[in-house]
Amino acid sequence: MSAGTLFDKVWDLHTVGTLPSGQTQLFIGLHLIHEVTSPQAFAMLRDRGLKVLFPDRTVATVDHIVPTENQARPFVDTLAEEMMQAIERNATDNGITFYNVKSGNQGIVHVIAPEQGLTQPGMTIACGDSHTSTHGAFGAIAFGIGTSQVRDVLASQTLALSKLKVRRVEVNGTLNPGVYAKDVILHIIRKLGVKGGVGYAYEYAGTTFEQMSMEERMTVCNMAIEGGARCGYINPDQTTYDYLQGRDFAPKGEAWDQAVAWWNGLRSDADAHYDDVVVFDAADIEPTVTWGITPGQGIGVSEPIPTPDTMPEDERAIAQEAYQYMKLQPGSPIQGTPIDVCFIGSCTNGRIEDLREAAKVAKGKRVASTVKAFVVPGSERVKQQAEAEGLHDVFVNAGFEWREPGCSMCLAMNPDKLQGSQISASSSNRNFKGRQGSSSGRTLLMSPAMVAAAAIAGQVTDVRSVL
Amino acid sequence: MTIVQTHTGRALPLTGNDIDTDRIIPARFLRCVTFDGLGAHAFEDDRQQLNGQHAFDHPAYQEATVLVVNRNFGCGSSREHAPQALAKWGIQALIGESFAEIFFGNCVAMGIPCVTAASEDVTRLQEAIAADPQLTVTVDLANLTASYGDQSMAIAIGEGVRQMFLAGTWDACGQLVAQAEQVKSVAARLPYVAWSK
Ligand code: SF4
Repeated sequence: MSAGTLFDKVWDLHTVGTLPSGQTQLFIGLHLIHEVTSPQAFAMLRDRGLKVLFPDRTVATVDHIVPTENQARPFVDTLAEEMMQAIERNATDNGITFYNVKSGNQGIVHVIAPEQGLTQPGMTIACGDSHTSTHGAFGAIAFGIGTSQVRDVLASQTLALSKLKVRRVEVNGTLNPGVYAKDVILHIIRKLGVKGGVGYAYEYAGTTFEQMSMEERMTVCNMAIEGGARCGYINPDQTTYDYLQGRDFAPKGEAWDQAVAWWNGLRSDADAHYDDVVVFDAADIEPTVTWGITPGQGIGVSEPIPTPDTMPEDERAIAQEAYQYMKLQPGSPIQGTPIDVCFIGSCTNGRIEDLREAAKVAKGKRVASTVKAFVVPGSERVKQQAEAEGLHDVFVNAGFEWREPGCSMCLAMNPDKLQGSQISASSSNRNFKGRQGSSSGRTLLMSPAMVAAAAIAGQVTDVRSVL
Repeated sequence: MTIVQTHTGRALPLTGNDIDTDRIIPARFLRCVTFDGLGAHAFEDDRQQLNGQHAFDHPAYQEATVLVVNRNFGCGSSREHAPQALAKWGIQALIGESFAEIFFGNCVAMGIPCVTAASEDVTRLQEAIAADPQLTVTVDLANLTASYGDQSMAIAIGEGVRQMFLAGTWDACGQLVAQAEQVKSVAARLPYVAWSK
C-alpha cells in the first residue's frame, strides 16, 4: 500500500464511489443507535418505504434518557417511556440487536461497543451522537452524525461525506503523577481551540499516547469533537490488540491472526503526508480544569482564571460571557472554588479505570457535607466489574451515591439535573450553558480523580496534594 | 427534489461566537419521537434568561427566515433537533462567519444552506438588520452573493454542497440507496464483515 495515514487507507477501503456532488459515498462498518436520535430516522425510513439494508451491522442500546435510580417500567417520565417503546419497536421490527436495560450489556453507546469488541481497528463507525469519535481510540474512523444521516446509514449502510484533512497531534513524554488522559485532551483543546479542528481528523500520536491504556485513549478521542475535529484516532498497536483479544465480537482463531496482520497494515506510514502537525510536551500538562462555558476555556489547576488582556482579541467576548455566567472573577484562583455537585461518569470518564482512579482518592475519606456526589458507571458491565472489585463500597462508604448506568448528568435528559445556579465538578465533556439540566447551572470539567478530590474537599482541589 | 438557488426573506441577527446546540435546543426538549413542536423551544433557556430581550423574542423579527450568526455556530452535540428547531421556527437559510461541521451537514440534509462571509461583512449585515428589521436579505447560491438594500457581499459555501443545492440533490438518501449493489460489493471486500459473522 502506498504511503498514507490510517485515515487515508480506511477512507479508500470504504469508498463506494463519488456522488454527483463530489462527496464520497462511504461504507459504514458499524452503526450504533440510541433512543434520542433514532426514532425520527426510522420514521423517515417508513415515510419513504425504505428498509434497513444491513440490519446486522447496526447495534442499539439506551443511555441518554434512562433513569439511574428507579429504572422500573414504565418510566415515571412518560416522554422517556415513549422513547423507550419507540426504540424497542424499531429494533424488533427491523431485526436489529438491542441491548436493553438489565440485559447485562446495556450502557452508554460509546462504552458498550468497545467493551464488547464491536469496535475494531480499520472500521468506519457512525452514530447519531457527536462523541462517536471515542471509537477512534482503536484506529477506527468514527463520525458523529445527525438524524437524517442515521436514516441514510439505516437505508444504505453509507454516508455522503467530504474527505477531511488530517492533523497529527503529537504529545511526547510521561505524564506527571495526578495528570490523566482527561488533562491531556483538555490541554490540547485549550491550546488548539474549540474550532481549531474543524475540517480535520486528529491523529493523536507520540509516546504519551503509546503509553496509554485503551481506556485512556478513549477519553482522548472522545473529546476530539470538543476541539472541532469530527473524528480523532490513534494507530492500533499491541495495546489495542491485547485489549480486544477474547472480547465477544473480536475475531477468533485463524481470523484473529488475519485481523492483526490487516490492522498492522492500516497504521499510518512513517512517511505519510499530514496537512498539519502540532507537538506538545507531556511534562507541560497539569491537572486541568475548565472555568468557562466552552471546553476550550481550561487552565491548569494552579493557574488563576485568565484575565481578558492575556487572551487573543477574538476570545474576549466569550470570556466576558463566561465570567458572568459562571460567576467567577478573572484573575482569581480556580482552586478553592466551592462545589455543590460532583458527577463521576459519562462516555468520557465512566469506565472501570476511571472509577478505580476516583476510588483511590475517595478511599477512607468523606464527601464534604455541602456536596451531593454520585457515581454513574458507563455500562452494566462496568458496574458489575466495579462491584466485583469492591469500588462501590469505597464510594458508598465515602458518601457517594452509586447509580445504575446511563448518560445521566452529562446532559441531564433523565432526572439527574443541577438545580438553579449550582456548580458541579464533572468528569463529563461539555460545560455549555445549561448542559447539566438547569438553565443557570454551572459545570467545571476535570478528571474523575479531580472530581473525587473536589467532592471530599467541597471545593476545587489539586488532586496531586491528596495522592 | 427541491432546487435551492436563492432565498429571500427578512433576517434576524444573533450575535456571539461558539453558540452551541445545547443552547439552540436544550436537552430536555429532545425527549420526543418527532421533530414537530421543537420550534417553540428554540433558544428556550437563553430567551428565559434574557427576559424577552432575546432576538428570537423580538416582535420585529418574528417573520425572519434568514439567521445571521457569527463564528463556530452550532458547535457541540450532533443533535439534528437543533437545525430542526430553527427550521420549525421559520429559518430557511443561515449566514455566518463559520459553522460547526456536524451542524452544517445536518442543515444540508434538510435543504437549509449555511453560507459563510467575512467577519466585517457579517457584522455590517447584523448592524443593518438591527437598524432596520424590515430589511430583506437575498442569499444567492448561483452568484455567491448576499444582498440587502443597495449592498452586496460575497458569500462562500463548499462547491460540492453548492452544486447539490443548485441541482436539488441535497437530500443524498435516494442517491445512496440507489448504489445498493456497489455497497454490497464493498462490504464483501472488507475482511471484518466476515469475521463478525
Ligand atoms: S455520556 Fe454524554 S456525551 Fe456521552 S453519549 Fe451520553 S450524553 Fe453524549
